Amino acid sequence: MCSRLALKVWREDSSEPVTELDVGKNVCRMRQSPAHRHKVATGGKDNNLKIWDLQKPEKPVFTAKNLRDDWLDLKRPHWVRDMAFIPDSDKVVTCTGYHQVHVYDPASPQRRPVLEAEYGEYPLTALSLPADGNTVVVGNTHGHIALLDLRKGLVRGCLKGLAGGVRALQCHPSQPVVASCGLDRFLRIHSLEDRKLQHKVYLKSRLNCVLLSSKDLEEVGGARGEAGSQEVKEEGEGEEDEVWDTMECVEERQKRKTTEEVTDGELKEKKKKKKGQD
Amino acid sequence: MDITEVPVSQTEKAKKKKNKKPKSKRANEEGSGEGSGVEVKEEDVKMEKSEAGASFPPTFSVSEIKNKQRRHLMFMKFKQEKRKQKLQLKKKKKKERDALGDKAPPKEVPKTIENQRVYDETTVDPEDEEIAFDEGTDEFSTYFNGLTNPKVLITTSDRPRGRTVRFCEQLATVIPNAYVYYRRGLALKRVIPQCVARNFTYLIVVNEDRKVPNGLVLCHLPDGPTAHFKVSSVRLRKEMKRRGKDPTEHTPEVILNNFTTRLGHSIGRMFAALFPQDPQFVGRQVATFHNQRDFVFFRFHRYIFKNEKKVGIQELGPRFTLKLRSLQKGTFDSKFGEYEWVLKRHEMDACRRKFQL
Repeated sequence: MCSRLALKVWREDSSEPVTELDVGKNVCRMRQSPAHRHKVATGGKDNNLKIWDLQKPEKPVFTAKNLRDDWLDLKRPHWVRDMAFIPDSDKVVTCTGYHQVHVYDPASPQRRPVLEAEYGEYPLTALSLPADGNTVVVGNTHGHIALLDLRKGLVRGCLKGLAGGVRALQCHPSQPVVASCGLDRFLRIHSLEDRKLQHKVYLKSRLNCVLLSSKDLEEVGGARGEAGSQEVKEEGEGEEDEVWDTMECVEERQKRKTTEEVTDGELKEKKKKKKGQD
Repeated sequence: MDITEVPVSQTEKAKKKKNKKPKSKRANEEGSGEGSGVEVKEEDVKMEKSEAGASFPPTFSVSEIKNKQRRHLMFMKFKQEKRKQKLQLKKKKKKERDALGDKAPPKEVPKTIENQRVYDETTVDPEDEEIAFDEGTDEFSTYFNGLTNPKVLITTSDRPRGRTVRFCEQLATVIPNAYVYYRRGLALKRVIPQCVARNFTYLIVVNEDRKVPNGLVLCHLPDGPTAHFKVSSVRLRKEMKRRGKDPTEHTPEVILNNFTTRLGHSIGRMFAALFPQDPQFVGRQVATFHNQRDFVFFRFHRYIFKNEKKVGIQELGPRFTLKLRSLQKGTFDSKFGEYEWVLKRHEMDACRRKFQL
């Protein structure tokens, strides 16, 4: 769990934090590496990307360096909004509030980003990595979701449909679909290959976070249907890992953050309704 | 139409019809049975316009005539024929209807764009608990619970011209507890904390372009949503016909029409929170925000009940129309703010029957 100044690690049964780390102020995001569970990345406003090892809490394993000063010799502002660990390698990709996407490689000697890409003119708020490597999906505050290629940093395509700011994106681990939710109170599922909207569900409050779970949410009857659709289930807040759980770490903005628990049955009904109406 | 009288075999006749002027054509029609030999020569001469080909389709469209004057005349004839047929049909139907008397089927309702509106799934159900809870805890809850009174600051973009200045003054008379301030090139992000410190609840910025107001930013102050509208069709008091005297200081009633979807609901609440919650019925003034096809029409009237069934109204005050362009969560911050809704023309305006508000 990450709060303004400290990162705390809790164990499932105890009520006292096991370790506490000082991660600097204004942290916006913290993510845990899916490959190495003890590696954690944090970043925030004017707070560069830092990768911590939870077993050695004093110093970060890797601190990113800011970009070079611009032509007026002024410091570049940086605001890390979201990050993700690229699987099968040590690299971390981040998206910033200044519409940039950076890829950092802790293994290389340079602490500046290995790849820098820009998209749009609005802050990028959410990021997700699809199952096949080399691409990343980003969303900004205007509701534009784009697929960027990480080899060169070019835009592969945009996903249309969102009318409000994107709050969270989640790609499916095996199928090429991405779920997005935002302030326009809709949950949308796009397919990544042809970039079309597949499903749209109206959930009545402003959505903050979306997670895909591989287990059944509730044991509701046996008649489920195809196994493929069971993979894609949306739930509100994850309950698995205590460290993984916290999506919103900074309380600087007071908002009514509400997330929706959509049961699988309801979701299917709504999907059917959508299919009938679309 | 004339074409229907031409049988397929008389291909030459048909071609000739295309080329001849209407008068001569009429003569041809009447004498279609005879005198074909005479006309054949004429049509040979005028063959250059018609299409070659042995089989001429029985239907031909007016647009195939290349000569603009002749085409125009043919088209006018075509329209007159159509109109005549339509009138005949109407008369026939009316006769049948009268003949049936009471057993006549009910009149059909004509299709309008509002009738054919695509069902919007975000339409608010009045008994919805989630939405009620949402509205009980959103930024306007303090107003709707009676805890705060609206206090509005009206300003413009830099260096406003006469029309905009007058518009702002008239708006200030319409909205109670409103203050107009001249914008001396101040940045809005600096103005907003000062307003919050002085307990303002709303900030209205009228944007001007080419001496005419064309945009409105409505910002709810403690930390509330900011709506950006496009303003069109502004009529000041001088330009209104048959208007009453100037509005008094009584707080008006507010009418909000047709804000059905969830977004419309939020915008409706924004408009409602501009006015104090208890209207003074003595003043008999009413401000109306009527939403139709995503345009919000603002009118300000004074009413008087002549008897129980009849009301007389007098329009006072400015009138204008608004169209929502974006709704941003948080106070005005166009670069880094998060938008709850943004008008994306190519995506949202593609279907004529789908509306957002």
